[in-house]
Amino acid sequence: MNTPKTLFEKVWERHEVVPETADTPAVLYIDLHLVHEVTSPQAFSLLREQGLKVRRTDRTLATMDHSTPTDPAEIAGRVPIKVKSAAEQIKQLEKNCAEFNVELLNLHSTQRGIVHVVGPELGATQPGKTIVCGDSHTATHGAFGALAFGIGTTEVGHVLATQCLLQRRPKTLAITVDGKLGKGVTAKDLILAIIGKIGVAGGTGQVIEYRGSAIEALSMDGRMTVCNMSIEAGARAGMIAPDETTFAYLKGRPKAPQGAQWDKAVQEWKQLCSDPGAKFDREVHINGNELVPMITYGTHPGMVMPINGQVPDHSGDSVFMKSLAYMGLQPNETLLGKPIQVVFIGSCTNARLSDLELAAQVMKGRKVAPGVRALVVPGSQQIKREAEALELDKIFTDAGAEWRESGCSMCIGMNGDTVASGHYAVSTSNRNFEGRQGAGARTLLASPATAAASAIRGCVADPREFINQ
Amino acid sequence: MEPIRLIKSKTVVLPYSDIDTDQIIPARFLTTTTKAGLGQHAFSNWRYLADASTNPEFILNQDSARGCKILVAGNNFGCGSSREHAPWALLDFGFKAVISTEIADIFRSNSLKNGLLPVVIDKENHAWLMANPGTELTIDLQNSTLTLANGKAVSFKIEGFARYCLLNGVDELGFIMNQLDTIQQYEQARA
Repeated sequence: MNTPKTLFEKVWERHEVVPETADTPAVLYIDLHLVHEVTSPQAFSLLREQGLKVRRTDRTLATMDHSTPTDPAEIAGRVPIKVKSAAEQIKQLEKNCAEFNVELLNLHSTQRGIVHVVGPELGATQPGKTIVCGDSHTATHGAFGALAFGIGTTEVGHVLATQCLLQRRPKTLAITVDGKLGKGVTAKDLILAIIGKIGVAGGTGQVIEYRGSAIEALSMDGRMTVCNMSIEAGARAGMIAPDETTFAYLKGRPKAPQGAQWDKAVQEWKQLCSDPGAKFDREVHINGNELVPMITYGTHPGMVMPINGQVPDHSGDSVFMKSLAYMGLQPNETLLGKPIQVVFIGSCTNARLSDLELAAQVMKGRKVAPGVRALVVPGSQQIKREAEALELDKIFTDAGAEWRESGCSMCIGMNGDTVASGHYAVSTSNRNFEGRQGAGARTLLASPATAAASAIRGCVADPREFINQ
Repeated sequence: MEPIRLIKSKTVVLPYSDIDTDQIIPARFLTTTTKAGLGQHAFSNWRYLADASTNPEFILNQDSARGCKILVAGNNFGCGSSREHAPWALLDFGFKAVISTEIADIFRSNSLKNGLLPVVIDKENHAWLMANPGTELTIDLQNSTLTLANGKAVSFKIEGFARYCLLNGVDELGFIMNQLDTIQQYEQARA
């Protein structure tokens, strides 16, 4: 009888060109390489210096998202792009992709968007694939049962030149979430609760497999939100076994298999699950019934608490107190009712159609509180069109929120979309690090429902007051 | 890449855990298309005040930090983004090694590829280093030990292949390129 295998092991072993030994890492084959403007220029320079080509242009897809403007006037060229160095970086990617014959979703492409939104949306992300990108949130694609992880620029160069990476086999961690998420509790709250439980280094050196009834009940958008933030627990990757929800999402997408190829692919994809009795290096169990909306209060995603909770008191811990000082918060303080200045609904974590629908459900017929700037940034141009077809944009703009072009925007603030020093932002993004959304900016990470509720109230608010189901 | 064997230096201590790559090099400096000159922006939000003047309180701005090649930091150093600009910035600033009890995966991988030595040691010796900034250390990569001025030797773990590459200045790309025939066979078998 064959030894039972985990989902991770099945995908890993199918991609070992050369298995690892005591002395050398595995040579791992990469099925899909996603490229963006920030982490690729120096890799293309390396290729140029060494006279190398991109080995598999058919397995390489580039988009631009981090440095791109979200102001429609800048995109259309009616006004110059505000951040000059960002504009130059965009040009450099265009030049590199043209020279090396790499498919690029450029600034004016109707398919452009955040790299971790467009990969799945185009059907390029598929179960069982190995997927890399010079971006730590590549873990997102694991929602489809792919092994997907972030790499540095040197490794971007390795994959461009050889379609392979040298990798040591990571350990495995199973996180089982049973039960059912309650009213107003989203995939974002679930992953924040997981990070709160295992810590920001709890997944280091490991690939997480999320499983259990609460995971199976999530839409693909929700699964992507969960896998996306695996890196915030330090994990190499996050994975979820593909099922009918996965297949239904992918069917008919432009880069997904078509016709007879589709049926064959689905048969193969159905094998991609952890066998009964497969051994994980570590297991964690979470009761989904007990989860509530979550919000961060500190300067990493592990500093998280229930929306109606109190900031913990670790007054003797100087690192903890430094973090609270940056946030302008005190131990035992309640965040509910705390005035805020900015709401950001967007990012590779929470800018998909269902995220925008949830935010719109809260904002419909209401107004953003005076003194609050609310920015809604769809994850891709396709999502923007889909949202507009549903007239979500009208709900947002009627409420007084800004409706923008797609991109990473205020999650990372490279394009000039930033939060001012000292201001509080309830943000649906993934990182509340010091200065992440702008020097001195104070980020409170939460779900799209919590962000929208907070925009309406003008302070940190409980989304359950706005949600009926 | 230059081979690394011995690193001798005084240490500088950043007494915080979970120092993320946004602290090491804030995102506003990532619009560059080269690797050069990032050292001036290393820890920018901590090194400079709002008016862009130097923050005299910050350890890296003090005389005691000048010329230090070894950074000692709290647990989980380098967490967050995959930006290789983080090790580029630390190397350009003058660091050759980072010591912690845990170093985040992508940062560690990026560091190894650029000749910044990530050194993971046990909690007890780490606590001593954290409490004794400016101590003189010798890091011996061949033997995977760091030696204190009083002669006490502490071993550290480093993956064998990474150590081989650092000791010999081997570029991983060359190693993979040597396997191109095998890669081609793999592709043909799967096609």
